[in-house]
Amino acid sequence: MYEAPHIVLPKINGIHNVDVYIANGGYSAYRKALAMSPDQVTDEVKKSGLRGRGGACFPTGLKWSFMPKGNEKPKYLAINGDESEPGSFKDRQIFEENPHQLIEGILIAGYAMGIKTAFIYIRGEYHKWVDCMQTALDEAYAKGFVGERMKQTFGGDYSMEILVHKGAGAYICGEETSLMSSLEGDRAYPRYKPPFPANKGLWGMPTTINNVETLATVPPILAMGASAYASIGAAGHSGTILYGVSGHVNKPGVYELVTGTLLSEIIYDVCGGVPGGKAVKAVIPGGSSMPPLRGDELDGVRMDEEYLKKIGTHIGTAGIMVMDEDTDIVAVTLRIARFYHHESCGQCTPCREGCGWMEKVLHRFAHSNATFSDIDLLYNVASNIEGNTICALGDAAAWPVKGFIEKFRGEFEARCRPDRSLISLNVVHGRRNTAETLVTTLT
Amino acid sequence: MSTTFSTDELQSIEALKAKYPDPKAAIMPVMWMAQKKWGWLSEDVMQEVARAMELPYVHVLGVASFYTMYFKKPMGRHHVQVCTNISCMLRGGEALYAHAKDRLGIGHNQKTDDSRFSLEEVECMGACGGAPMIAINETFHENASKEQMDALLDACT
Ligand SMILES: Cc1cc2nc3c(=O)[nH]c(=O)nc-3n(C[C@H](O)[C@H](O)[C@H](O)COP(=O)(O)O)c2cc1C
Ligand code: SF4
Ligand code: FES
Repeated sequence: MYEAPHIVLPKINGIHNVDVYIANGGYSAYRKALAMSPDQVTDEVKKSGLRGRGGACFPTGLKWSFMPKGNEKPKYLAINGDESEPGSFKDRQIFEENPHQLIEGILIAGYAMGIKTAFIYIRGEYHKWVDCMQTALDEAYAKGFVGERMKQTFGGDYSMEILVHKGAGAYICGEETSLMSSLEGDRAYPRYKPPFPANKGLWGMPTTINNVETLATVPPILAMGASAYASIGAAGHSGTILYGVSGHVNKPGVYELVTGTLLSEIIYDVCGGVPGGKAVKAVIPGGSSMPPLRGDELDGVRMDEEYLKKIGTHIGTAGIMVMDEDTDIVAVTLRIARFYHHESCGQCTPCREGCGWMEKVLHRFAHSNATFSDIDLLYNVASNIEGNTICALGDAAAWPVKGFIEKFRGEFEARCRPDRSLISLNVVHGRRNTAETLVTTLT
Repeated sequence: MSTTFSTDELQSIEALKAKYPDPKAAIMPVMWMAQKKWGWLSEDVMQEVARAMELPYVHVLGVASFYTMYFKKPMGRHHVQVCTNISCMLRGGEALYAHAKDRLGIGHNQKTDDSRFSLEEVECMGACGGAPMIAINETFHENASKEQMDALLDACT
């Protein structure tokens, strides 16, 4: 059933249906897991090199091993299907096309960690995909694959209950501790870590949070074996990824490819290049929170975390946003800042105020009414948010703003009023290579 | 219109509460139920949710006001949502939104006098591969154009 690179979304018609899924070997990976001890399953996932697909790229097996053993306390699994990071639209493909593989992954994860209750949290806007997932879950319950009857179906005495929970429109709910607050029925405020969810999560109990795609990748790992999976894709970040490509390409969409695929290959071969044969000005490689790349930096860029980290950005959710040569970078940066300002939950001063300031300052650039020192001001505000907040939304807001200034400083300079002070206090960073633009604005 | 849940509804609310380790967690599904029934969450509706959930009214208000999809004022029968986030913006989302404003004569989170339409400029809806996208009530329309939007709006009664 699993042939790289079509592992998470196999090219099999009607696989969303439980009978088709079973006919193609579905739920046999779970049987395989049951024949092992829970720790062996976790080890297998560790060995596979699987890393989380929700944005932080955390090693999945390692995360599972943080969960306390024993059954004195209830433990919970939360499946993160909030998918609100601009540029990300891959999890809905799993809800629609291969929901049973997600359910099977949840069962395997639950067995490995001794968890008996799981919640699939899906963003509120995904009405249709909530229904897809619920239909699949009802089918699985009816077949006795989930719930008390699992014990008869599969033998052994492990069983799990799974519930679909629908959000109601708030980007922050994708952040794991915010998701927990939301699920518990409170305002979805993120919580300070530590304590980490593995110690004190949902309702104060040990909890693991995994992304939808992460768990949907687990059954193939069990089915093909950890070493076979580890040999797919890039070293240090193995497997396949659902790349969501959007923006200025001829064929946008979700493509499952191995990790380490060349970015240029994705843009030009897989997605048919840029409309009108235009040049690429910028690419955001992993959803709106990640620092951008310049069009002239794309040669040889490989889409895996280890490579991207080396060049100052991250794989994130693998939501690739492509911008052609006519794109107004200032407008894009402003739109991103506006988004984070809107979505900040307001708990921490640096994030609540800083995101607002960034938006305000960027408005000055958008109206070509900024001063040169505004560039440093903007960079400074972003730097003061970064690392000083409860959750990573602060970083997510700061990174793209800093990244766009570093990579496209000339575009910002061009929006400064020439009659204003040209003495730019360029104290914050040294990565400016655009003195040329400075001179042209001068004259 | 009275703002009380029927006996059947109260029963399903109890069933929902029993599904979670703590009944408070049922507040989101219950608010979805209430919004489906009454269209939006007025103070009376939130009082009724509070009663059914056995929670203080302020808690219900607090949760309702955290999320954009719970309506705190009446909306139109056809709630038109236009995404202007990056991927949609790159492919004409802002022009689509401007067109919707022009055509409906209303702005963000407003409704027409006849309550036929309401409009919302939304953040990324998770459909960026089909940018620009709009949604009318619960249905997504991807790769949208002005013409397609016009046709969709014409078909709304
Ligand atoms: C602001 C913010 C938004 C996030 N949104 C999502 C999301 O929509 N979906 C998701 O899976 N993870 C999201 N994350 C990451 C989660 O906090 C968490 O790391 C992830 O769900 C863990 O799953 P994984 O280990 O399988 O990747 C977000 C993080 C932050 C800081
Ligand atoms: S960083 Fe922003 S979103 Fe996160 S808790 Fe603080 S204010 Fe809220
Ligand atoms: S940016 Fe419009 S749907 Fe994602």
